[in-house]
Amino acid sequence: MIESTLGPETAVYSADVPAGDFWIHEIFRGQAFRIVDLEGNQAVDTLFYSLHDTSERYSATDTIVGQGNIYLTAGTTLRSNLGNAMLTIVADTCGRHDTLGGACAVESNQVRYAIEKRHMHACRNSFLLAVSDPNWHLDKRDLTANINFFMNVPVTPEGKLTFEDGISNPLKYVEMRAEMDVICVISNCPQLNNPCNAYNPTPIRVLIWN
Amino acid sequence: MSLWEDTIQGGASWSVILRRGNSLRLEDIEGGGNVGALFYNWDCMVERYNMPDTLKAQHIAHLTSGFVLYSDMGRVLASITADSCGWHDPLGGHNDAKAVAAKYGKSSYQQARNAWHRNTHDSFLVEAAQYGLSLRDIGPNVNFFSKVAVARSGAMEFVPGNSKAGDFVELRAEMNLLIILASGQHPLDPNPQYAPKPIRFSVGRATPAGPNDPCRLSRPENARGFINTERYFL
Repeated sequence: MIESTLGPETAVYSADVPAGDFWIHEIFRGQAFRIVDLEGNQAVDTLFYSLHDTSERYSATDTIVGQGNIYLTAGTTLRSNLGNAMLTIVADTCGRHDTLGGACAVESNQVRYAIEKRHMHACRNSFLLAVSDPNWHLDKRDLTANINFFMNVPVTPEGKLTFEDGISNPLKYVEMRAEMDVICVISNCPQLNNPCNAYNPTPIRVLIWN
Repeated sequence: MSLWEDTIQGGASWSVILRRGNSLRLEDIEGGGNVGALFYNWDCMVERYNMPDTLKAQHIAHLTSGFVLYSDMGRVLASITADSCGWHDPLGGHNDAKAVAAKYGKSSYQQARNAWHRNTHDSFLVEAAQYGLSLRDIGPNVNFFSKVAVARSGAMEFVPGNSKAGDFVELRAEMNLLIILASGQHPLDPNPQYAPKPIRFSVGRATPAGPNDPCRLSRPENARGFINTERYFL
């Protein structure tokens, strides 16, 4: 657990993102970027792209192999598919974050829960809507394995993987320093079928400091 | 019955269109091999292998017979119908030119001809480009024949000796697939020598997944995955 010294009053940007909404925004090199789990146990599905060449993007495998550990926390370098540092996690009051669980999609909900669940809102729909804005020059091909901030997906030595109740609480946060200019895409997860957000999706706050 | 057999030399790459109902058998000829693999729906290539969906649908962090590979669209791309080594890694990704040079030293084509040090990232790009795909289309891959165990702490440990000489894995295509393969070493392989191993492949006809198919029945999720897949081909 590492706390930040930055106070919200000096942030140059602050926004609340309701559950089920998306947020897409630039973060520039050297800026600090914080995500606050306002009510606790929320899952925040997050992708990063290089602002100047979006074919360079967050890579779950480069990130976990780079540090030899599957969990993300303070000290973790978030790496791109070219092996470059995109952001560094500089503060974390939650403890660990997932990057293997991916985003919920209406199709994966059908597989995981019931064919009839296709109508339920899912992160991938939020991502698809976010990247449909032509200003960002992104599309479905760009949706890769994401980070799930505040989500608890333990893996066992026997090779099992489970979705467990969250380990986050109200006002827990994670803060990153951008090592390059990036686009951040967030889906604030609407999942109602598993305990990734305690069956109760809640809002988050995003803040940026210069 | 094998329709096509050949060897992918160590460090080389290959790609194939494997039609629904056909099989691909990969054999680790010498033991200690590794095959990075990417899968795309050949009929609509924005649909492709999805590591997280494969893991979370089956509650697994490794692959072996009875499990399937999921696309991002809730469909089964391929089933693992046979496996003699018991663990294939979906977590470790692949190496690139920087990593290969740092680990094994620089070795150029000019100097070493076809014994030069190749890397899987470039191999994937070369194969992908043949089908109009690019860097944007290359995501987390499967590493056949390699084992990465995850400790309670989250630490990733490469387990040497997972695959012995002659070990094999068999895939059954459940959709029309583009499969891209590269036989470079696993990124976490501690061997300090550049020594990628040759892999034998064999394409054949598979028996379709019937109502009692082990992959269909291994998880209730997979039964639904097969329903989604079969509806795609109505």
